[in-house]
Amino acid sequence: MADALAILANAAAKLTREGLRVSGRGATALPGLVALTVDPDFIGALSSSLPHGVICVSGTNGKTTTARMLADMTRTAGWDPIHNRSGSNLDRGVASALVAETNWSAEPSGDLGLFEIDEASLPGAVGKLKPRVVVITNLFRDQMDRYFELDTLAKRIGDALASLDPNTKLVLNADDPLVANLAVRREANTVFFGIDDPDVGSSLPQAISDATRCPRCRSPLVYRRVVLAHEGDWSCRSCGLARPRRDVAATKVVLAEGSTELELAGTVGSVFERARVPIPGLYNAYNALAALAAARALDIGLADALRALASFRPAFGRLETVDFKGRQLRLVLVKNPAGFNAATSALLETGRHPRLIAALNDRDADGRDVSWIWDADFESLAPAVEHAVITGVRSGDLALRFKYAGLAKEKLELVSAPAAAIERAVALSPDRTELVVLATYTAMLALRDALAKSGAVVPFWED
Amino acid sequence: MDLRVGHLYPDLMNIYGDKGNVIALAQRARWRGIEVEVRPYSLGEWTDADWPDVWFFGGGQDQGQDLVGADLAGKNGAALKRSVEAGAAIFSVCGGYQLLGHEYVPESGPAIPGVGILDVATRAGKKRFVGNLLAESAGGQLIGFENHSGRTYLGSAAKPLGTVIVGNGNNGEDKTEGAVQGKVIGCYLHGSCLPKNPWLADQLLAWALARRNTDVKLKVLDDSDEAFARTQAVEVARTRP
Repeated sequence: MADALAILANAAAKLTREGLRVSGRGATALPGLVALTVDPDFIGALSSSLPHGVICVSGTNGKTTTARMLADMTRTAGWDPIHNRSGSNLDRGVASALVAETNWSAEPSGDLGLFEIDEASLPGAVGKLKPRVVVITNLFRDQMDRYFELDTLAKRIGDALASLDPNTKLVLNADDPLVANLAVRREANTVFFGIDDPDVGSSLPQAISDATRCPRCRSPLVYRRVVLAHEGDWSCRSCGLARPRRDVAATKVVLAEGSTELELAGTVGSVFERARVPIPGLYNAYNALAALAAARALDIGLADALRALASFRPAFGRLETVDFKGRQLRLVLVKNPAGFNAATSALLETGRHPRLIAALNDRDADGRDVSWIWDADFESLAPAVEHAVITGVRSGDLALRFKYAGLAKEKLELVSAPAAAIERAVALSPDRTELVVLATYTAMLALRDALAKSGAVVPFWED
Repeated sequence: MDLRVGHLYPDLMNIYGDKGNVIALAQRARWRGIEVEVRPYSLGEWTDADWPDVWFFGGGQDQGQDLVGADLAGKNGAALKRSVEAGAAIFSVCGGYQLLGHEYVPESGPAIPGVGILDVATRAGKKRFVGNLLAESAGGQLIGFENHSGRTYLGSAAKPLGTVIVGNGNNGEDKTEGAVQGKVIGCYLHGSCLPKNPWLADQLLAWALARRNTDVKLKVLDDSDEAFARTQAVEVARTRP
């Protein structure tokens, strides 16, 4: 039973939510903000009454996809998760999700809180939510204007995890040295996941070196195999820290145009199991492994988890596809170098020559500093590009990035209005071809709005 | 003609997209038919510190900065100094800029000595300066994004690179941004800086090429894309500092 303040906060937020819905607007943040203003402990008060407790999914990239995969798995297992599925992942987004799933007495209608949490907010959020499971997908540099430095962030997350109840289970990426090291002193209650396929990855660390140094002693790390950026089979020759055991591992990863197949091993099952992941890309293999490992931490049966995974639909801007005027638009949200490289290498894996709409904004939700595009590997993308239509508040910076990566002037066009950019890209593309949309968060919203006005997709808050 | 670029500690000082400065120097040379080679210089012994025509030194995480500071306190710092005395240019940003100065004074504990190539000193500040940075300079406007808590103050041998119009610059007090001393430049402009400030890139190229060539004349490039990106970024800086 929620206390009086929480009930009041919930009611105020519900009224806000109704107001927004009547005026036809999305309600992913504002109702939560109202609830938190009335009762700062709102999310803790409401989530404490959930019988299956709370799961937090965090990390730099992949948290929305991982959380959605896990939500499907918990539903298949018969649970009823309350999930901030639109990807609004600050405290207010969690609060809004709770407001939407409670009655006027602030009693939740679900039995489990499944919350995607912004990695910078995670230290504060776990203190309030007291989760039974915390999943961390990876840690890359992201929005430096907001998160400052990765080492500092990792330390803050590590301190917050160390202060949790000893029975809290951690689900961590064994292949990411910064994430694996968060398990210090809690290894027994940690489920590690990773990719063990010797044919995946190379021996050369990729351009991004967020974590080429040992998180414990700062000596250079040695990689026997690099899978993605700094994720791989790593060890430190100096202090002996090394990639931990994998409880859930993919021994074989098969990448294809529209999907990914995984062969699983580890304590996840006593026999080999195959997992079908209906979205492409090596990074989605990691997301699927994170979700499977989290399902294991929740004691959800593997059969349920695999069945849910096989029918998974991607989220907003995570390689979802939209049919528009005879072309297939593939929407790819990009927001930092690691995510950009993972998404573009997924596009290039199958030898495609992408026709692009690329959009760069610099609002708060995008990251106000656009410097990150210079760390992203446009040099690998540019030679494959058929043509690129560039838009967004900072289209000039993005066009320069393509230019300096060697994309020929005649393949590049700047169009400022989102609707006009889509029209132009469609005009440049033959019927029945694929158009890849690479955009930062608010730029993707603008493009989706333009598409929605043409009747192509539903706005994401109804999703 | 060829250009030699030395990239200082690319594995440690690489977090704010500053790599774009190396890309800009290299491409703007190649577009003029000049061959380019870029070599990394990191922790440990350098055997060819007299090789580069121009050095680039970017910003890094605090951790990386400690290691780099310690490395530069030895032979490598002395080698870098000799290279500058022999005519090489340096472009440095943020952490790299701070390490080229005399010292960095943290909030507590002893001062960390710098290389002393630039007559500047930095002390830790409480509030972090994060935002768009626009400055006016003799060569033209400078546009970028700053993200630092260090406050840098110039000695008499270093001249300000520009005067702050929007943002904080060196220290948030005296309206100066960056420093120039001979062929050595330091600044707080991420963005990356040089692609959007091509006049500064060309200034560095001219300095660099003059080390092993006489009468260097750089061909004029079509910078209309750069000009458009600048206009957009300046507009953002003025309306959303």
